[in-house]
Order: sequence, then C-alpha cells, then structure tokens
Amino acid sequence: MTKIIGALLLLTFFSSVQINAQSLLQDVEDSIPANEKVSGAFKSTRVINAHSVEMLHKRNLDFRIMHRFGFISSGIKQLYGLDNASMRLSFDYGVTDNTTIGFGRSTFRKELDLFVKTRIFQQSTGQKAIPFSLVIAGGGLVWTEESFATVKPVFSDRTSYYVQLIAGRKFSPVFSFQLSPILVHSAMPANTGDDETIFAMGGGARLKVSKRIAITLDYHHPFGTFNDVTTDPLSLGVDIETGGHVFQLQFSNATGMNERAYITQTTGDFFKGDIRFGFNLSRMFKLGKK
Amino acid sequence: MKNIRISIFFAIILSTIISAAGLAQTRYFTKTGKITFNSRSPMENIEAINNKVVSIWDVASGQIEFSVLMKSFEFEKALMQEHFNENYVESDKYPKAIFKGTIENSNALDLTVDRSITVKVNGNLTMHGVTRPVSTTALITVKNKAIAASTSFSIALADYKISIPSLVADKINKKITITVNIPDYQLVVKK
Repeated sequence: MTKIIGALLLLTFFSSVQINAQSLLQDVEDSIPANEKVSGAFKSTRVINAHSVEMLHKRNLDFRIMHRFGFISSGIKQLYGLDNASMRLSFDYGVTDNTTIGFGRSTFRKELDLFVKTRIFQQSTGQKAIPFSLVIAGGGLVWTEESFATVKPVFSDRTSYYVQLIAGRKFSPVFSFQLSPILVHSAMPANTGDDETIFAMGGGARLKVSKRIAITLDYHHPFGTFNDVTTDPLSLGVDIETGGHVFQLQFSNATGMNERAYITQTTGDFFKGDIRFGFNLSRMFKLGKK
Repeated sequence: MKNIRISIFFAIILSTIISAAGLAQTRYFTKTGKITFNSRSPMENIEAINNKVVSIWDVASGQIEFSVLMKSFEFEKALMQEHFNENYVESDKYPKAIFKGTIENSNALDLTVDRSITVKVNGNLTMHGVTRPVSTTALITVKNKAIAASTSFSIALADYKISIPSLVADKINKKITITVNIPDYQLVVKK
C-alpha cells in the first residue's frame, strides 16, 4: 500500500513540476493580440499607372522614372516599339506617413501634373480591426505642348483635374486587391466630342511570387462618350524590389502615365497585340532623421 | 483499511503542499526589455531596437525565457523596417522569436545584496522557424533590490535561413550582434 501512496505522491509532484516546465511565458504574455497596422499591400505607391493604396513613409522622397515604348506590334522596323519612348519623371514626397505630395512631367503632350494623396484610414488587425485601407488622391494637370489649332487654347483650356478614391485590402501576405474609382475633368478634351468629365472604375491587384518579386495588374474602365479609338487601359507587370529600388516592368496599352492621359487617351486593343513594353524605376531617398 | 484511507488523505494533502510550494517559486519577469541588433558593413550600418521584449526567469530552476515580437523592432529608416518584416524575417509567417534556456547555478545566486554577477546561459533560440542552440555569458546586476540583466552575442543569418540577396550582400553583415538589456526584472506576484 505504501508503494501506491508513494507512486501517487510522485505522480502529483511530477505533474506539478511538468506544469511549471511547459512554458513560463504563458503566465506573462498578453493573450489579446495588439492592434497592428497592415502594411506592404503593394510594393510601390503605384500599382503600375494608377495610385496604389500604399503611401510613402514620412520624409521619404521617391524619384520615379517611367518609360512606355511603342506598340510591340509595330515590328522589327521600330524594334518592337523601342524606338518610340514616352516618359514621365516624378518626385513624390512623404510629408507625413499619411500624406504624400508629388510632381511629375510627361513627354506626352509635355504635361505637368501635381497631386496630393492622403490616407483616410489604414487596414489593421487586432481588437479594432479595419478590413481595408482607404486613400484619396487629387491632382491638377496642364499640358504645355505648342498648339497648332487656329484658336490657341488659353491656360485654363489646357488644364485638367482628377479625384480618385482607392480602397485596398491585403487579403494575405501574397495577394492584395484594390478598387479605384476616378473622376477626371478636362477643360478641353484631347479628342473633340469626348465628355469633359469622365468617370472610370479601376481595379488593381498584386500577387507575390517570391519575397521580392510580384505580378501586378492595373485596369480601368471609363464610362462616358468617347471616340472610337479610345480603349480601356490595361497593364500587366512584374515588380522587382531590391533594397531602396523598385523596378516595375510591364506590358500595357496605355502610353500616358498620368491620370488624365491613361484614362482618356489610351488607344490600342491589348488583346489584338497593341501592347507596349514599359518600365517604372523607383528610387527611394530618406531625407533627414526620423 | 482505515489506515490506508488516512495515508491517502495525507498523501493528497502533502502533494498539494509540494505542488503549491512548486508554484510559489521566485520568478522575475519584464515586458519592457530591450533588444538591439546591429549589422556593420563598409556600405551601411543597420541598427534596430525593440523595447517590448517579454522575459521570465525562474530563479530556483534557472529557466529563463524570452519572447520577442519581430514587428516591434524599430529602424531608423521606415523602408528598412518594412523590408526587414516583409523580406528577411517574414514576420507574418514567423511573428515571434523565442529563447528558452537556463542560467547555470541560478538557485545559488544571492539576489539580496547589491552586486554584479556573471552567469552562463545556455538555451535554444527559435527565429524564422529555425531553432539553434545559443550559449553566452550574462551579467546580472542587483542594485537597491532592483535586478537588471544584460548580455550580448552574435548569430549568423544563414543559421536561421535568413537569406541576403547578392545585390545587397555588401550592405548587410552575415553576422549580427544582438544585445539584450533587461533594465528591471519585476517579481511575479501570484494572484
């Protein structure tokens, strides 16, 4: 009988020791997950052409060089479009973590653009989880190319404006999706007869294939009256990230790289081979201390 | 029969006392421990600090554990912090680094007198899904009944399957120095 008692004793003793041995951390760690902001839905502040739901960090300067070549379908004589380059240079700056301002110039129509982009709220996890991020962007543009029209356009005729809402969600570390409705108003549309104010619905997606490489898709469908040549801008790209650089290589039918140009002046049918090769190069600079 | 019942009764009482005594061991903890790591290279010095390190130390058994939330590491450059979480330690997949180890001769330490004691710590560090043994010496300082501890050791990134792309290879040292600093261990009070 004493053996049984002894065994019982040992058993209870060891079981108590075992409980202690499991994990000491259990007693002190918080079981409730803290609120945590979800970042990195997209690698860059642009999906391809369109603003992404991502913002620049405070005091970060993003110098972007964007190139679009001619149609690949133009063949060997034009070196598959490489002879025709259109570009946009831009400087974007993070005023705060939630506000970015930017300035760009495109060769297409020698157009200047200015924008302000603000994050209204950011996707987060935890007790007060927010399912998606919401960003608003607004900008003004003016084209400065010489006009050969009989009645010369005055400054205000050359201007256009846009306002865009971007709602995006990082569904998993691999997949992100955003919707980006946009309103573009041109004082004098590039093609006579086009609506001055155009509404377009946009969608953008990112699929990460490795830690530093992702596939992106950027599409907009404008609603309104257009001439026959205008088509929906569609781009398919690859993002490659290397430290402070992001390289975005893409195939797109859009030649314009600002909001007015790609929404209202895209020509060519993507599925009939009217595809341009292009790339965006983004270099991030950190200005000042944190 | 009666004797047996009595003995069982006593055995239960005794074992409860023993296990209660087991639970009443002296334990110290912190939620505000600091861990910094740095990588020095000719191209760039990278440093990050985490001020929310959780640690618990059971004096009698010498068991010591650390829990480090990877996303709580703060870098000077926000972009670096994003890359650290996204590309290097993959914080979404492996949110925490855990150290479980023992302090040698922990039960023999006298923590009532002001002094500094050098101790040996051995254990396993789990990070980025890989568990590797780590041995180091730590300094425990007792001053006005407050207990502080610090240590420093280095790890090889390759051991934890944290890969560095060749393009940035000369910006990141393959060996990372980790400095742990617990400014104030608090006594665990049982409720």
